[in-house]
Amino acid sequence: MLKQCEGSHAVAEAVALCRPEVICAYPISPQTHIVEGIGEMVKEGSLKDCEFINVESEFAAMSVAIGSSAAGARTYTATASQGLLYMVEAVYNASGLGLPIVMTVANRAIGAPINIWNDHSDSLSQRDCGWVQLFAETNQEALDLHIQAFKLAEEISLPVMVCMDGFILTHAYERVDMPTQEQVDAFLPPYEPRQVLDVNEPVSIGAMVGPEAFMEVRYLAHAKQMQALERIPQLAAEFKSVFGRDSGGLIRTYRTEDAETIVIAMGSVLGTIKDTVDEMRDAGHKIGVLGITSFRPFPLLEVAVALKHCKRFVVLEKSLAVGIGGIVATNVRMAVTGMGLKGYTVVAGLGGRAITMKSLTGLFEKAGRDELDLVNFLDLDWKVVNKQLEREREKRRTGPAAEAMLRDVGAVAARNY
Amino acid sequence: MFQVRIHGRGGQGVVTAAEMLSIAAFDEGRHAQAFPSFGSERTGAPVVAFCRIADKEIRLREPIMAPDAIIIQDPTLLHQVDVFAGLKKDGYILINTTKTFEQLGLGDFVRDWHPERLCTVAATDLSIKHVGRPVPNVPLLGGFAAVSGIIKLESVAMAIRDKFSGKIAEGNIAAATEAYDIVVAEMKEALTHA
Repeated sequence: MLKQCEGSHAVAEAVALCRPEVICAYPISPQTHIVEGIGEMVKEGSLKDCEFINVESEFAAMSVAIGSSAAGARTYTATASQGLLYMVEAVYNASGLGLPIVMTVANRAIGAPINIWNDHSDSLSQRDCGWVQLFAETNQEALDLHIQAFKLAEEISLPVMVCMDGFILTHAYERVDMPTQEQVDAFLPPYEPRQVLDVNEPVSIGAMVGPEAFMEVRYLAHAKQMQALERIPQLAAEFKSVFGRDSGGLIRTYRTEDAETIVIAMGSVLGTIKDTVDEMRDAGHKIGVLGITSFRPFPLLEVAVALKHCKRFVVLEKSLAVGIGGIVATNVRMAVTGMGLKGYTVVAGLGGRAITMKSLTGLFEKAGRDELDLVNFLDLDWKVVNKQLEREREKRRTGPAAEAMLRDVGAVAARNY
Repeated sequence: MFQVRIHGRGGQGVVTAAEMLSIAAFDEGRHAQAFPSFGSERTGAPVVAFCRIADKEIRLREPIMAPDAIIIQDPTLLHQVDVFAGLKKDGYILINTTKTFEQLGLGDFVRDWHPERLCTVAATDLSIKHVGRPVPNVPLLGGFAAVSGIIKLESVAMAIRDKFSGKIAEGNIAAATEAYDIVVAEMKEALTHA
């Protein structure tokens, strides 16, 4: 049924349709309306056979998720930003133990400086934690990916992170097609755990493994991600047959046939990029878009095939690998090793900096003329940066940088437009 | 695509207004996208929310920098925030005030504007009268339906019932309807004098 609602509420409803049995969450910022919405459904009784556990921290949230998943319950939680970092030790354990937990990460920046706005720093800091990471472009896709995520996680016994842009998607009201319980039941079978803590058939989960088998157990996590690489497109096809729409998959291309320049990105910024590309196509530029939905596992082959006929690619990413440049770009470069393509990294939208069509148009035109640097920062105010660098050259006790730079910007209150 | 920016203060229902506008447009079968400016919301602090309305899927995610219409829920913002930034020439302006554009010091700014696109309505008073609380967002949506013609008053009523129920819904519908009628009368008046 079509409805106009907030992204967080759409996801809350979708998760409820997946018949979760345990939801554990730390309810304080950084958090979204997702777990609030599910909490209401449990309390009013519309979501049955589900226990909502309010925990004392994100570390506890993931620890409870590990326990309930090991006991055979379909388990869900959500977090973002600093909350994700706080649970990291347990995040690695969840994947190391092969527990199919599904977690929404409402992508936000990581401090310092303190910032509550959107970028991909939180999820991408966990790129090697062993979880599958799927990025949603719209609220519809965020909703759909959660339904696919439970099926994928439980089939391959690995946890899945569904990443959706904090605020830009979670707080946006837009149209979504909410599936029926019958549709979701037809797609998602009941959870059949590969391992389960059962008093009648006691096992231990989480043995210490020494050098004699540690690499082999770790390799298994990689092998499972390679299985996910095969299953993700199949699941997207199965999803389409039940729900009638394209959602998920590994990658998605847009106007890439005959494109000389291909822009690569993840998440909701793909929409703004597509509108920009349409305008530039009308003006005669041969430009297309490659959206990456599955960041982990990373679809090396599919990315290489998508870029096969272009002359150059531009990776626009909401993350910064301090000391080298881009995170997504580094992965893309591995995919195109030996293909002789020109590639540019563009770091954009950090901490909620708006990414506008105007800036993108200028950027892509420059890319088309091969005038970009290897690593670029979209709309970076060099005056402010250079002023601070200059201060630090001249004087030892310059004081806290963020405060000084805010003064230079003349900010009275944080704003994003 | 029609783009609306709503300026107000924390506690005035700025974000809710944008959401309800999107629901009203959705109820008419159109695509709509509403989103807040994501500040650290505090009561009384300037707040901005956005709404896009279109006949096809809306993919654009940038903030609205060149709006077709502006709704100002609190006229004291005129001295604090550049509320008209980027407003398209001859765009629609609706202000919650008992004063005129001249009295607000906006006479020169809108000198050669279409006069029927410049409207004011005492939305806070209407809200107190019909709902018993000074929340101007909903009556302004009624006024906005009139001045912009982009949504129907009935759709605003549907959006009100989506967000509220019982007496509060009915009170808000009455306030939105009265605001609608006031603005329609204002537009007629403006066109007569033009």
